[in-house]
Amino acid sequence: MKTPRKIVLLGATKGMGRALSRVLSARGDLLFLLGRDEEDLAKTQADCAVTGSEPVGFALCDLEDPTGFDAALGAADLALGGFDTVIVTAGMFATQDALERDPVLAARVLTVNFTNTVVFCEFARKMLLARGGGALCVFSSVAGERGRKPIVIYGASKAGLSQYLEGLDHKFRASGLRVLTVKPGFVHTGMTEGLKAPPFAGEPEDVARTVVHAIDAGKAVVYAPMPWAPIMAVIRALPRFVMRKVGF
Amino acid sequence: MNHSESVLSGWGRIGVLGHERRSENLREASRDAVLSRGLGRSYGDSALPPPSAREVLGTALADRLLGFDEGTGILHAEAGVSIEQLNRRMLPMGYFVPVTPGTQFVTMGGAVAADVHGKNHHVAGCFGEHVTRMTMRVASGEIVSVSPNENADLFWATVGGMGLTGHILDVEFAMKRVPSPWIYQESWRVPDIDAYIDALAEGAKKFDYTVGWIDCLSRGKNMGRGILMAGDWAKPEQAPSRYPSPLPKLSMPFELPSFALNPLSIKAFNFGFYWKHLAQHQQGLVHWQTFFYPLDMIRGWNKMYGPRGFTQYQCVLPAGDQRRSARRVLDVLSREGGASFLCVIKDCGEQGQGILSFPMKGISIALDIPVNDRTQKLIDTLNEVVLEENGRIYLAKDQFTRPEHFAAMEPRLEKFRQVRDRWDPTHKIRSAQSVRLLGDRP
Repeated sequence: MKTPRKIVLLGATKGMGRALSRVLSARGDLLFLLGRDEEDLAKTQADCAVTGSEPVGFALCDLEDPTGFDAALGAADLALGGFDTVIVTAGMFATQDALERDPVLAARVLTVNFTNTVVFCEFARKMLLARGGGALCVFSSVAGERGRKPIVIYGASKAGLSQYLEGLDHKFRASGLRVLTVKPGFVHTGMTEGLKAPPFAGEPEDVARTVVHAIDAGKAVVYAPMPWAPIMAVIRALPRFVMRKVGF
Repeated sequence: MNHSESVLSGWGRIGVLGHERRSENLREASRDAVLSRGLGRSYGDSALPPPSAREVLGTALADRLLGFDEGTGILHAEAGVSIEQLNRRMLPMGYFVPVTPGTQFVTMGGAVAADVHGKNHHVAGCFGEHVTRMTMRVASGEIVSVSPNENADLFWATVGGMGLTGHILDVEFAMKRVPSPWIYQESWRVPDIDAYIDALAEGAKKFDYTVGWIDCLSRGKNMGRGILMAGDWAKPEQAPSRYPSPLPKLSMPFELPSFALNPLSIKAFNFGFYWKHLAQHQQGLVHWQTFFYPLDMIRGWNKMYGPRGFTQYQCVLPAGDQRRSARRVLDVLSREGGASFLCVIKDCGEQGQGILSFPMKGISIALDIPVNDRTQKLIDTLNEVVLEENGRIYLAKDQFTRPEHFAAMEPRLEKFRQVRDRWDPTHKIRSAQSVRLLGDRP
């Protein structure tokens, strides 16, 4: 077996982060969990421990509060004895209706998904580069691929994030930093609860397996679950006058 | 999302106006909920909201394991953890659920609420027998711990209580250590119902898991012919050393039109199933999914029954003159033309301690019935026979039984009502089923 990875996971308690923590701990990787609620983090730690290696610890870290990023990553680094992989699944979603109604909420979504995620990644990539590189895996979204009616603002926040991650990959791959942008389609999680699921909606477990494989393979971009790669290829190719007509 | 027009249904696809709201945090979400719902595999209206509420709490996102004691095998799981997840995560470690129904898409909360039984009922009893403790939110808003020693009345009313006594938040129960992840199976072709009842009794002596499939359309001297399947977890020396690979998933992507299932096609299916088993006796190793969950391999198989949906009728007939009583039930079926694709027969062990737990010592018969204009009459007639034979029906399957029939079948109902009234005097927690059968306010 390969040497286990030493992984910091931000967003481990919910949805795809929860599924990832299970897959990674089940194969023996060492995890340090970051999230917003201690009780919730303790439950995910216990959950992983039943069927895999017990995460070495957890700490509070909130994408709405950048002042805590340095300390959280520092605690993780100490507990893991130097991490080599950082995964960010955390993010914030709201429907286009809600975001149009409430500009304050829109500011929060934009800040969490773009500005603060970029800041967190800046801390993480500096630490990784200082030790010669490593893997940085960040969950963006297929929503960032095209301006689309139902996700104008959320999509913009993810478009910005995807752009940043691509730039990071180009700039630092030669220095040993492998940046993976994950672009999930619709996945059944707490975040999407109450939304009407499109065809090809996926399960977090499927995404987790795809993402772990992509991290190991050193890929730069991965779509998950499977059918979303060709779907997005089509959507990217649609001319603007068509996008203006259609409802998705 | 605008829920005003959404329809929620059980596995039989006969819906009511309503929707579920899933939450990862059951403690929070259960505060004002009228009912908890797991994966919606109960066939009828057990997991549907009463007409005035429209919303049920979906538990499936609360899917974490909270602790495992390797010494005792006791697992602590959130209520939304499914048997499918446990099989995926814990069978590689050598543990299997103590009791499983014929689908793995059942949550722990659902397994307790229906007090599910399986092919090993004759040796292991129902799921509830293996539960050591639960945390619940009761109607008063309080969070309580229940076990056979602590709030025992609530515990045993909840086991088999169809979710009507409170919201199950987490469950502790004993997992079963298995010697290998493979099943050693034997199967026999059985010529008629009398031979069947003998064969089940014989099989139960030798095997931990037994179940039979009956060709419901066979009549006369062939009535009740079928295939009996029995198995045990294979011993390490019988089994391959490799872990069984996942089986391919198929799915039923769309509804079949109503006419696709007709007496002829059902007859052809049953004939084929019976004669596919050419040798009188077969034996060998099989995949655990093939053995326990043959239907799970076709996702959405319930769409096979077309737009009107279907119901499952399951009754248990007490030990004694089972040959006659089973024959009477099958007679009604062939007389009323309730052609059934799938008819499953199983001998049950002793009745469990859950106040409304379904199985009792005797024989259980389960049939799928596509819904049409005659369904209500068919169920009524079946219920009358079951009543005369002192049997009872399984609430997890039911959507058509009349309250007077149910009350007459359930002398235990009074005791259940007493406990429920103590913990929820206003019947805040209720379901479409409890409105129909127990007279709760809509």
